[in-house]
Amino acid sequence: MESMKQRNKGGSRRSRISALIVDDDAVVRKIHMMMLERLFNMDAKTVSDGNEAVDMHRCGANFDIIFMDKEMPIMDGHEATKELRGMGVKCLIVGITTRANGKDGEEFLAAGSNYCFEKPLDRTKIERVLQDHPNFTTT
Amino acid sequence: MDVGQMQRQWIDYTKSLFLEGFLDGQFLQLQQLQDENNPDFVVEVVSLFFEDSERLLKDLTFALDQNGVDFKKVDAHVHQLKGSSSSIGAQRVKNACIAFRNFCEEQNTDACLRCLQQVKQEYCLVKNKLETLFRLEQQIVAAGGSIPTELSFSG
Repeated sequence: MESMKQRNKGGSRRSRISALIVDDDAVVRKIHMMMLERLFNMDAKTVSDGNEAVDMHRCGANFDIIFMDKEMPIMDGHEATKELRGMGVKCLIVGITTRANGKDGEEFLAAGSNYCFEKPLDRTKIERVLQDHPNFTTT
Repeated sequence: MDVGQMQRQWIDYTKSLFLEGFLDGQFLQLQQLQDENNPDFVVEVVSLFFEDSERLLKDLTFALDQNGVDFKKVDAHVHQLKGSSSSIGAQRVKNACIAFRNFCEEQNTDACLRCLQQVKQEYCLVKNKLETLFRLEQQIVAAGGSIPTELSFSG
């Protein structure tokens, strides 16, 4: 994907993966933030609603990966995903829901997310995303 | 009780919480995120979970007490509780929420009320268990010991 950090051909220092956590639940935001920063050395930020994520991008923010909750007040995750894709945002979007199989998953993927995982997000799921995209570095 | 005995007690107690299904592997992941730079991470996250859950249980009690129950609202609260309980590994609360959501879809008020009681009961149980675990940790630290980092389920 074009917007991703490309493998550095010269071998010089690579920057950290930037991640945005979009979730209305403060417990989840805190856990995901810690997990991404501690286990994967990502530079993580959080917002509590899909609309905030869209606004951030309208203001020029840019991330490598967005971890997007499904059900949120004001704007749900799949709606925000659709909006972001419509704006030309090409980063990885990982949908997270309490019901990944079925309607939630279909809505997320149809909206343009690259993955849809069942809550809770854990180390194995994040590793799977990173393994699929070896351009990313966690060191 | 010396530090070694308290540490063994902590290990046995933690194991019992997993074996009885109160906690699942997600809680282990939280414990692994805690280190000397963030020594209170688990307590902080679990305290947030307690605050959120109590607010949600109050909102659910109110929502199910109305004449015309707004099941969409009830479902949204249960969804949130399911998400946070699964994120801290409170497995029995999460499972109670799964059953609850099914009855929300059916718009079955009586079954939802029974589920609410079940969720409240599971929440109180896991809250008491975790508070006991944290008290034990405080006693270990106060006695100059450290919290065991390895949990073996083989023995």
